[in-house]
Amino acid sequence: MAVESLAGNVSETPATGQTVTLEVFRYRPEEETEPVYQAYEVPVHKDWVVLDALNHIKDHLDGTLSYRWSCRMGVCGSCGMMVNGDARLTCATFVESLLPGPIRVEPLENFPVVRDLVIEMTDFMEKLESVKPWIIRDEEKPLEDGEYLQTPAQLADFEQFSMCINCLLCYAACPVYGLEPGFTGPAVIALAQRYNLDSRDQGAGERNAVLDTDEGIWQCTLVGECSEVCPKDVDPAAAIQRYKVSSTLQWYRNLLMPWSSK
Amino acid sequence: MMKRTIEPFWWSLFGAGGTLAALFIPITLFINGLAIPLGWLAAPDYENVLQMARHPLARTYLFLLISLSFYHWAHRFRFTLYDGLQLKHLNLLIAVICYGGATVGTVAAAYTLINL
Amino acid sequence: MSANPQHTPYHPRWYRAPMPIFWWVRRWIHARFILRELTSIFVAGYALVYLLQLRALGMGPEAYGRFLELLQSPLSISLHGISLVFVMYHSITWFNLAPRALSLRLGGRRVPDKVIAGLNFAAWAGMSAALLWVTLTG
Repeated sequence: MAVESLAGNVSETPATGQTVTLEVFRYRPEEETEPVYQAYEVPVHKDWVVLDALNHIKDHLDGTLSYRWSCRMGVCGSCGMMVNGDARLTCATFVESLLPGPIRVEPLENFPVVRDLVIEMTDFMEKLESVKPWIIRDEEKPLEDGEYLQTPAQLADFEQFSMCINCLLCYAACPVYGLEPGFTGPAVIALAQRYNLDSRDQGAGERNAVLDTDEGIWQCTLVGECSEVCPKDVDPAAAIQRYKVSSTLQWYRNLLMPWSSK
Repeated sequence: MMKRTIEPFWWSLFGAGGTLAALFIPITLFINGLAIPLGWLAAPDYENVLQMARHPLARTYLFLLISLSFYHWAHRFRFTLYDGLQLKHLNLLIAVICYGGATVGTVAAAYTLINL
Repeated sequence: MSANPQHTPYHPRWYRAPMPIFWWVRRWIHARFILRELTSIFVAGYALVYLLQLRALGMGPEAYGRFLELLQSPLSISLHGISLVFVMYHSITWFNLAPRALSLRLGGRRVPDKVIAGLNFAAWAGMSAALLWVTLTG
């Protein structure tokens, strides 16, 4: 089978002789209005991750199962799912750590489900675009003046927030996003901070119009789960909290010195 | 001109109150509500307590601790009602009750401490 | 062919799981969050008791004595006992989260989160000792 060879080197790791049950969320809109759970008995291989188990189902047990995955190494951010209720990258969640099972696999929470484990993420993409996640300059300097220089210390200011892989685990873990779909949300605010804190960027004011609002940072109640589930240690909760601190200082500055604001 | 939001103001009161309460409320509660009533600590002399509380610094401290603790509650409880019970549609009513209650408490604290 | 009468090909029928009202009882991490938020009731509740004590203080030795007697009732003791647990929980969670809001720099390097939280806890211990000392010597 061609598909098998893709994941070949992984499925060749020795089987332990054990099996585990995966309870997989199924939603096939042409067949059912409400999702159902389907149980699959999967052999346990040494060093298998949940994604390997799903690939085993797809290749050997049920080709109709739909889910997203790509890199298998925690970089692409496409295989995020709820594993036993926790938002996880399935390529980084070992089956052996979840034995004896059963292991419940569901699509990421707080998003509409298109089919089975595939969620609809347009809302996130639009919010991401709304904060202009690129370097904004008041005026670009001419090419012959050379590049914009940055010291390692200036890089350290935002580097952590630039590690985001848009896997959406933080949105799935955020009850505020589930309750208030208008909330800008953890990753988008962290990515906005990534550019706000970049010494080459001058676009903080434009982003502020989106973020310093009731639907932006002020919706957050610091549940803190976004930072707990983040596979890249981005710590969106800290990004939001520090944004709140600087916005509050700015608010008092504008109050006490109204002439200084634009 | 961007849309102004009042949230930074409430959040700053919430934050200041949360910090003061975190530092001072547990020990104050322990001393006055448990240790002295249970006899673990001797009750200080009435005149001494009164003189101490009348000191301008003490009055300021007590006012800030009590008032900001109220506003800390108001802000947190408001969002707990929104999220915990999904009452966002009662937004204005809840805000008036929470911040209004804290303001009444603040006036009461000011009145009490000025007339101490 | 289609078992779902609402379904027409090429038109997405997304499934949206509703958020139950008591969403926070389903998971310990969420219940813990709501508990943390509810500590504010005990913070404000004790602030109110403290304010009433100050009011009694201003009304003279007799009123103050009556208030102190009230504090000795079993009901008062048990309420204060429960409240102490919650206000301690407030303090612990508050100082643990402090590094999220505070980003300090010393000599160009970020002060580690653990140090910031540690300083907060040290301040808590110091302030508590100071208030205890004032009470004992006052």
